[in-house]
Amino acid sequence: MRRTVIDNQSHCAYTGLVLSKLNLETLPRHHAATVDAIDWTRLSPPEARRLRELGFDEGVPVEVLHRARLGGGPIACRIGRMTVALRRAVAAAIQVTIPLPAE
Amino acid sequence: MEHPPLVALVGNPNAGKSALFNALTGARQKVGNYPGVTVERHSGRLALADGRPVELIDLPGAYSLDPSSPDERVTRDVVTGKSGLERLPDALIVVVDAANLDNHLRFTLQLIALGLPVVVALNMIDLAERDGLTLDAAVLERELGVPVIPTVAVRRRGLEDLREALARAVVPVTGVVPLRPSDGSVQDDIVTLQRRARRIATAATVAETSGRRWMHLLDAVALHPIGGPLLLATILFVMFQAVFTWAKIPADAIDAGFAGLQGLVAAHLPDGFLRSLLADGLIAGVGAVVVFLPQILILFLFILVLESSGYMVRAAFQMDRLMATVGLSGRAFIPLLSSFACAVPGIMATRTIEDEKDRLTTILIAPLMTCSARWPVYTLIIGAMIPDTQVLPFVRLQGLVMFGLLLIGIAGAYVAALVLRRTVTKGASSGFMMEMPKYQVPRLGDIALGLWQRALVFLKRAGTTIAATTMVLWLLLSFPKPPVGSGISPVDYSIAGRIGHGIEQVVKPIGFNRDIALALLPAMAAREVAVSAIGTVYAIDDSDGKGTDRITDQIRGRWSLPTALAFLMWFVFAPQCISTIAVTRRETNGWKWPLFMVGYLFAAAYVMAGITFWLATFAGL
Ligand SMILES: Nc1nc2c(ncn2[C@@H]2O[C@H](COP(=O)(O)OP(=O)(O)O)[C@@H](O)[C@H]2O)c(=O)[nH]1
Ligand SMILES: [Mg+2]
Repeated sequence: MRRTVIDNQSHCAYTGLVLSKLNLETLPRHHAATVDAIDWTRLSPPEARRLRELGFDEGVPVEVLHRARLGGGPIACRIGRMTVALRRAVAAAIQVTIPLPAE
Repeated sequence: MEHPPLVALVGNPNAGKSALFNALTGARQKVGNYPGVTVERHSGRLALADGRPVELIDLPGAYSLDPSSPDERVTRDVVTGKSGLERLPDALIVVVDAANLDNHLRFTLQLIALGLPVVVALNMIDLAERDGLTLDAAVLERELGVPVIPTVAVRRRGLEDLREALARAVVPVTGVVPLRPSDGSVQDDIVTLQRRARRIATAATVAETSGRRWMHLLDAVALHPIGGPLLLATILFVMFQAVFTWAKIPADAIDAGFAGLQGLVAAHLPDGFLRSLLADGLIAGVGAVVVFLPQILILFLFILVLESSGYMVRAAFQMDRLMATVGLSGRAFIPLLSSFACAVPGIMATRTIEDEKDRLTTILIAPLMTCSARWPVYTLIIGAMIPDTQVLPFVRLQGLVMFGLLLIGIAGAYVAALVLRRTVTKGASSGFMMEMPKYQVPRLGDIALGLWQRALVFLKRAGTTIAATTMVLWLLLSFPKPPVGSGISPVDYSIAGRIGHGIEQVVKPIGFNRDIALALLPAMAAREVAVSAIGTVYAIDDSDGKGTDRITDQIRGRWSLPTALAFLMWFVFAPQCISTIAVTRRETNGWKWPLFMVGYLFAAAYVMAGITFWLATFAGL
């Protein structure tokens, strides 16, 4: 799997999270992030296809809007100009990075 | 005769194909917001700018040419000329949502690559503007290499331009061999297409600000982990409350109307066969069912508003966790909610469920949702047998029993899904991945049209199936007449009475009496026929005139409480509806699953009614 581009910058001062370990499931809400890599092997073929069809791809901006109920309900996220619901297992296969503020 | 050229509307779900179809053809069609409302073939006539007529078809929404649901398969087969159902279109109108370009353009690119003449309708320009998006159609046209026409389907904007572009695209076929499109398997891979689509979308975007603040605010509540479920529960509560309170006045008016009609017939026809047939058979039977029209329309009103506002998918989002515990997904919630009005549209709405096993399970449990046809039965029996006492502040016993029956249906569906997913429809859980449509204020015209269509279907059913079954039952109950002075009940002596006697042997162990046995068979046509059937039995049985005419009084006098409760429980489970069985056969392509459904539901009905009867009997009710 591709390492994140900012791997050497391992902590985000703002969230304190290890950036290289972030995926869509663990991404804090309302953080503009971009898809870094998708682990297609963790997804069933129909899931993988649907995910691609919804526009998930490397370099695409995403943001987590909501997580349904505490007990592991689905996640609502924004991708492009769409709002999409995903189960957590799928979200966990989507690696993301929070881009650093432009210098 | 020569066919007119065929033009197909294609695009992602919710791009506005159906709205455009209606605007272009003036045809009537339901316009919904839930991805994939279009499930049937809709065709209409359209005159091109140069006057030539073409046939326009509205294809189901799809994300790509790689189908993952029956719906999408139809679309793929039609545009690739593979389907035996449809000739190859002469041109495609690819409908894209202007506010969602990068996603919709991918499918557009796939469709353009097929080689058929294409016109792109850049639809929902108004919403894109609302969202702070400014697009350049000329750039899009250049990048895609096909005409791009900005449209607002619901305001009929851009239709003339579309007709003109289409006239240029649909070339008269003069012996030219039509293009054979590729079969979709040699498509560029989806990622490459997606990237190209994104590049084109970016190029065509002149300005972009993040708008739709109110949409974010709505979602902040609707998708909230606590607020969301509360909102959904409130909506459902208000919905069921409204069904029973708002409907009272119109239902009473309809009731009075039919009573008046009955009086009119009685006053103007001589006593005898015809009068009895019309008044006791036809008018009473049909009237007993038509009074429920207001309730059904109120329920559909809610469902249509929830769908067309874009909220329904948010409800599915909130329900996903719960549905996952029985191996289904939030997607199944939408057809199941519709099934509270009627299982037939509910079962048809399962077509948007991709996973075959998921879909089958949803179809099999849909009849357990308390559809509107059960209310006449529940209302009659509860009204007759359950005292209307106040059990808690604001809670009356009758309402509580009604609600209980509703919950038993849901619980039954839950258990059924749990068992089915581990046995006959075993398979990996299919997951939940859904695009949430943009919120919109529902359009009054669309809602009114939807309600009108439902009302027509219902009244047609009341006027045909229900009227016919009631009349046939009336005839079978009336003949032959017992010898005068024999003292035998006319019902027992009749043909129907003898058939009923046979059925009674089977249902006696679960506490059913002759009258119920008689009602069960005609109620196979439709559940609500049970009400008119029981009414007919008593009207004929009582023709010597000694008793009261009120059917509730008759029931009160003849049924025990355990019998009544068992009867109610029977109707929670029993698959007494020909239309449901027929639509299941159609949707599952064969008799296997409808027969399975009928079998398991009758078994459940028998067992549950039996348990209810014996428990109630032992409890001394
Ligand atoms: N504001 C606006 N709404 C539209 C437009 N076209 C369609 N709609 C609405 O978008 C929703 C989805 O449209 P529909 O025709 O059912 O989409 P389909 O799935 O492609 O058939 C409906 O609520 C329509 O009323 C448009 O141009 N502008
Ligand atoms: Mg449609």
